[in-house]
Amino acid sequence: MDFINKNLPYLLAGISVGGQYALIAIGYTMVYGILRLINFAHGDIFMVAALVTVYATTTMPLYVSIPLTLIVTVVLGLAVERVAYKPLRNAPRMSVMISAIGVSYLLQNLALYVTGGLAQTYPAIPFISDTIQIGSATTKMVTVVTPILTIILVFALMQLINHTKIGMGMRAAANDFETSRLMGIKVDNVISMTFLIGSLLAAIGSVLYFTNYASVVPTSGAMPGLKAFVAAVFGGIGSIPGAVIGAFIIGICENIIKGLGWTTFSDAFTFALLIVILIVKPTGLFGEGATDKV
Amino acid sequence: MLKVKDLKVNYGGIEAVKGISFEVPEKSIVTLIGANGAGKSTTLRSIVSLVKPASGTIEFMGENITGKDTNEIVAKGITLVPEGRKIFPDLTVLENLKIGAYMRKDNLTDDLNWVYDLFPRLKERHWQPGGTLSGGEQQMLAVARALMSRPKLIMMDEPSLGLAPLIVKGIFDIIKEINRQGVTILLIEQNANMALRTADVGYVMETGSITMTGTGAELLVNEQVRAAYLGK
Ligand SMILES: Nc1ncnc2c1ncn2[C@@H]1O[C@H](COP(=O)(O)OP(=O)(O)OP(=O)(O)O)[C@@H](O)[C@H]1O
Ligand SMILES: [Mg+2]
Repeated sequence: MDFINKNLPYLLAGISVGGQYALIAIGYTMVYGILRLINFAHGDIFMVAALVTVYATTTMPLYVSIPLTLIVTVVLGLAVERVAYKPLRNAPRMSVMISAIGVSYLLQNLALYVTGGLAQTYPAIPFISDTIQIGSATTKMVTVVTPILTIILVFALMQLINHTKIGMGMRAAANDFETSRLMGIKVDNVISMTFLIGSLLAAIGSVLYFTNYASVVPTSGAMPGLKAFVAAVFGGIGSIPGAVIGAFIIGICENIIKGLGWTTFSDAFTFALLIVILIVKPTGLFGEGATDKV
Repeated sequence: MLKVKDLKVNYGGIEAVKGISFEVPEKSIVTLIGANGAGKSTTLRSIVSLVKPASGTIEFMGENITGKDTNEIVAKGITLVPEGRKIFPDLTVLENLKIGAYMRKDNLTDDLNWVYDLFPRLKERHWQPGGTLSGGEQQMLAVARALMSRPKLIMMDEPSLGLAPLIVKGIFDIIKEINRQGVTILLIEQNANMALRTADVGYVMETGSITMTGTGAELLVNEQVRAAYLGK
């Protein structure tokens, strides 16, 4: 009991940050599932979402700036796909990866240019920034909101994928582009849909994530992006439930490690985990076999 | 119904199809036979624009469809049962059937009943992931999936490949039955004997060119065809 009381704040923080990683990780895993591409720019899109919130809230009320953040982020995600990935549809996979790395640096540098290299203060968003008391732990409302919202969104997403026509099209395209085209599926639209969902969830994730931080810098997307990517690999890249479970495990472990007083090792833990998975079970917890799409 | 004129298709520098012309009349069964690598699959794939022809024209019901997007061509009523079945392994049998009708917005109940009548086996297994079906069942599913788009012309790329003789006979019975119900059929086969028996018209393809044509019955008794494709 004493142990739990002492570690409750860390456990709560872990669940919360796990949910935030999950919202980012879904974008990685879905894009990988359909394009076999690791979208290195995804973490930076997440960072841009935070900057949009910062700038939007300086002039606009929250009920405008949050939807605006979601819209701008989705448009950015779709634009990146159109400009940087779509022209390379038939190119070797390595070319697309390099393009993704290019986009990542481009977004970071654009952010550097726009912010002038100054950390931008993230606004306090009412309700989710409110302080609450849970047992022995004092925390922000976002800690409770995140896991609930994450689970609702993941549930909705699974419904979309498993029980709608576009979802069926997405699963088919993940199997085989050419045969999907033969069925009359517009594969490019399905891919856009994937980027739309990934970017939207990343934008929601950014609102939740940055509520716990004071400011945003151009590299703010790198670390959570990387953690979410590890979560996706851990869960079995391509699998949505895998990414979500992986994200929660990583979030919780990281924070428990902090609770034990080994804060300096909490990041190292995540990357050690990545290495261990890649050695022991490269397909992750729920990964498909080594079915490489040609 | 389908008119192919001077069709040429290249892969990089290789000429896979070297200017072929043929016709598929409405409500007929036409077969294209030929040795491995003759360019049969390439021909079918270029008709649905999965590969872009280098030159030539493809006309369907009086309309030039050369190089149009695959989904537009499918919407006009052409469908292809691809080489190697290519069913979606992660989708259930029922979902595979529904995805065959992806372009349609109307009710599918009648069509599901229709294909379940043709392939009762699929009805029993509608909940099973496509990838867990046996080879013969997968072939049935591939044909049934193609029928779900309510095609005017169905092209089949070696539907009997790798199937036991009894199942092969079953597939050919179905082909005849589908045709009797008004669907035009363009069939590629290694099994030249069965194909020529079933078809109204046959074309023989050799290394990218059509070298012979005739009714199925004529080709069946043709000396050269017998020597090259019927092993007699
Ligand atoms: N994607 C490709 N890239 C390069 N060459 C190809 C490609 N697809 C087919 N070819 C070549 O084009 C030629 C015709 O191939 P195609 O698949 O049309 O033959 P086919 O008549 O269907 O043979 P089979 O009976 O073995 O299926 C072959 O020489 C093949 O190697
Ligand atoms: Mg072939």
